Amino acid sequence: MKSLITQHRAAVVLTVNRMLSTPFATLLTVLVIGIALSLPLGLYLVVDNLGRIAANTQGQPEISVFLKDNASATTQHSLETKLKARAEIKEYRFVPRDAALKELSKNMGLTDAATVLGKNPLPDAFVVTANSVDPDILDQLRKDMQAWPGVQTAKLDSEWARRLNAFLRLGKDSVLLLATLLGFALAAVGFNTIRLQVLAQRDEVEVSRLLGATDAFIRRPYLYLGMLQGLLGGLAAWLIVASTFALINLRVAEIANLYNLNFLLEGLPWRDGLVVLILAGMLGWLGAYLAANQHLRGGAAAH
Amino acid sequence: MITFSNVTKRYRGGTEALKEISFSVETGELVVLTGPSGAGKTTLLKLIAAIERPTQGSVLVHGQNVGKLTRGAVPYLRRNIGMVFQEGRLLFDRNVFENVILPLRIIGMAHKEAAKRVRAALDKVGLLEREKAQPITLSGGEQQRLAIARAIVNRPAILIADEPTGNLDPEYAVQLMEMFAAFNQVGVTIVIATHDPNLAARVTSRVLHLRGGVLQP
Repeated sequence: MKSLITQHRAAVVLTVNRMLSTPFATLLTVLVIGIALSLPLGLYLVVDNLGRIAANTQGQPEISVFLKDNASATTQHSLETKLKARAEIKEYRFVPRDAALKELSKNMGLTDAATVLGKNPLPDAFVVTANSVDPDILDQLRKDMQAWPGVQTAKLDSEWARRLNAFLRLGKDSVLLLATLLGFALAAVGFNTIRLQVLAQRDEVEVSRLLGATDAFIRRPYLYLGMLQGLLGGLAAWLIVASTFALINLRVAEIANLYNLNFLLEGLPWRDGLVVLILAGMLGWLGAYLAANQHLRGGAAAH
Repeated sequence: MITFSNVTKRYRGGTEALKEISFSVETGELVVLTGPSGAGKTTLLKLIAAIERPTQGSVLVHGQNVGKLTRGAVPYLRRNIGMVFQEGRLLFDRNVFENVILPLRIIGMAHKEAAKRVRAALDKVGLLEREKAQPITLSGGEQQRLAIARAIVNRPAILIADEPTGNLDPEYAVQLMEMFAAFNQVGVTIVIATHDPNLAARVTSRVLHLRGGVLQP
């Protein structure tokens, strides 16, 4: 047990020394990994922020609930109680038929639509705003309200929500796809740098085997190297994304100010950052493992 | 300690390096293996350390059938066998001390204890003053002694040496043989391969003569 700790410590010291002895090559590798990772990471944040904007801006999908012509005040009250009881409803307002007609007249530029029409054709209505933009939830809510007594029809302006959702999904899928591709790239970068390292030190590998080194012993410093490179690459990606967002936010603040909005892009939460670091470390480790094993099990070193 | 029974080694391509070899080496014995180049001396040593495996027959070391060892078991066999190679096989990217400590790092010995053993080994081969030197700055004889220090630092029960006196002048070669004889005195089983018959005569030991892959009577 003690010897195992000694061996791991020795491997870490060796790895760090090797990295420091070739600072330029190490820096380049870390940058390659960092830039590769920052692309999906940045896109993820952009999509995330867009989703946040979409959820917060006005233009939330509304459901118009039109009451039956003969609906009484009691019906209206019982409907209000039902609306209050629904958790997924953020707010609602009652639009009496007279107010609706006035609004219509104003919008159409008519002085008095009622005189033209003879009588007010509009029903009383509730305008309901939901908590969610999820089309499925909205649709379910609409159907439920449609079935309530005293309701003529409930109409959902769902196209808007559906389109937005489709775009957000597209964005999220792109992030996932990009992240997967660049994850492979990262493992490949790790594989290749470690392969070159092993080749450069093949004398040492060969001699160590003859002196009784296990595969695990020989692999160990390379695994640490791969993992450290991955971690540093992840850290570089985090820094790149954070500084880019800080720069962009200067402009965003200007624009938001012009529109009288109080809005800033949100950076990477530290929890997500940690996940990125861990994933990058694991991918680096994986690349190193594959490279070291390929050398140990393959061809010239097989005996 | 080491037993060869009807060992044949055929390399890919059909070359037969060893044919039906049988012999054994007792614990504490010093055996010199002679014969011209290409007689199969190196192959025989490689079979002992499981660097090569026999095509037929069995090689027993410490009662273990070396030819049948799993990949994972081979390192543990080698930790008990000190090896001195024809080409030295030193690592030129580190100094003398770091070369010798490598086998102890491999078994995970704590640094303090390991450093003590390294100095003891360097002392035995007369290189204690050169522990900070780079191997490339050492003479041929010194490099060979460095290789010996690395082979004995882990106090192996068996020491095998392939042409350890290869490129050395005769006086130096004799010194080296005396060094091996001294290790043998303290109980290490030793097998030395050399093409130089005079050298074998220098040490009181058993001589095995190989020719064309066959042991001569």
